[in-house]
Amino acid sequence: MFNRGSVINVRNVGHNAIDSVLRLGYATRFIVLTLLHSGTSFRRPGLIIRELYFTGVLSMIIILVSGLFVGMVLGFQGYQTLKTYGSESALGVLVSLSLVRELGPVVSGLLFASRAGSAMTAEIGLMKTTEQLSAMEMMAVDPIARVVAPRFWAGVISMPLLAAMFSAMGIYGGYLIGVVLIGVDEGSFWSQMQSAVDFREDIVNGVIKSFVFGIAVTWIALFEGYDAPPTAEGVSGATTRTVVTSSLAILGLDFILTAFMFRGL
Amino acid sequence: MERSTIDLWVGLFVIAGLGALTILALKVGNMGSFTGAETYELSAQFTNIGGLKPRAAVKSAGVVVGRVSDITFDNEKFMAKVTMNIEKRYKFPKDTSASIMTAGLLGEQYIGFEGGADDAVLANGETIKLTQSAVVLEKLISQFMYNKAAEGGNSK
Repeated sequence: MFNRGSVINVRNVGHNAIDSVLRLGYATRFIVLTLLHSGTSFRRPGLIIRELYFTGVLSMIIILVSGLFVGMVLGFQGYQTLKTYGSESALGVLVSLSLVRELGPVVSGLLFASRAGSAMTAEIGLMKTTEQLSAMEMMAVDPIARVVAPRFWAGVISMPLLAAMFSAMGIYGGYLIGVVLIGVDEGSFWSQMQSAVDFREDIVNGVIKSFVFGIAVTWIALFEGYDAPPTAEGVSGATTRTVVTSSLAILGLDFILTAFMFRGL
Repeated sequence: MERSTIDLWVGLFVIAGLGALTILALKVGNMGSFTGAETYELSAQFTNIGGLKPRAAVKSAGVVVGRVSDITFDNEKFMAKVTMNIEKRYKFPKDTSASIMTAGLLGEQYIGFEGGADDAVLANGETIKLTQSAVVLEKLISQFMYNKAAEGGNSK
């Protein structure tokens, strides 16, 4: 009734399921270890600053440019739709709320995952492949404290800052298109925006979101790198998995966080 | 790259990030409008507040003079009790009337003050006696329909 091939397939399902639970457990142990060994990187802030340069400063250009363009597109599209109802003056509200609440944290999280997350995975994976991590262990240097923890904190710190830059740049882009190019009244653009955007409800919630995404992306990126098979294919597969998994994690977490934060509004 | 160059760039990055947050808070959000102006508290009771929400504006002659701080239900009079924070520099006579108005046809609701002629002014914690409730569109429509129907009955 069953041929050999389908039995192997069924066996693979079970194997994969157990394997993913194992990996999740290992990843949890990994993040706990990272948090426990963070002391070194706080005693030597130079380590974090160096990583902030690679994850934060080098991601700034792409974040600023895409923020500007997303804002400009929102300006065009929002104007087209709002014009139908004669409420072009609400363009500022539309642009700012969609950026601060959703697009800012989510799009900059996705960009951060592909720009900084993949680089982190490749770097740590290559360190493992070339046995630099084992060499550190031989010299009684804990690779988690020396290599992983500074990168983790740099990612967690830079993600909210990048998301804030993205939102601010996007609102400026929306202003450029809406007010400067199309000619929506400048006063109503800003004043309606200010009366609609609440500091606690919208801006702080956006920052919390980007902070959570920062933790998720950095964790996934570092773990994939640390867990990568020490071969060329292993590292490339790990880099791909970082981008895919962290993008899905961002979208899933965003749904959950939005459901909690904006349920009653 | 030298250490000091990296430090400089990271410093710039952090400043840019915090600057963006400040812009969001002040220019985009409503932190700018709460400059810590001192306020005093007034309250008013309405039979129906419609869609009034906490933090809605309190306006007099179209100028924002304060915000709604709290809305509760008075279980003895079966009325809504609205507490407002009014900026200290604005004083209103005792016979000021408060009414719930709507900005535009579908806009958000706010409280409008209309000053009276009394010499004494409302002090902290006092209650505004003259109030006018929100216009409920359904009631208005049903009243209109009822009148129309009554007219139709008379003409027969």
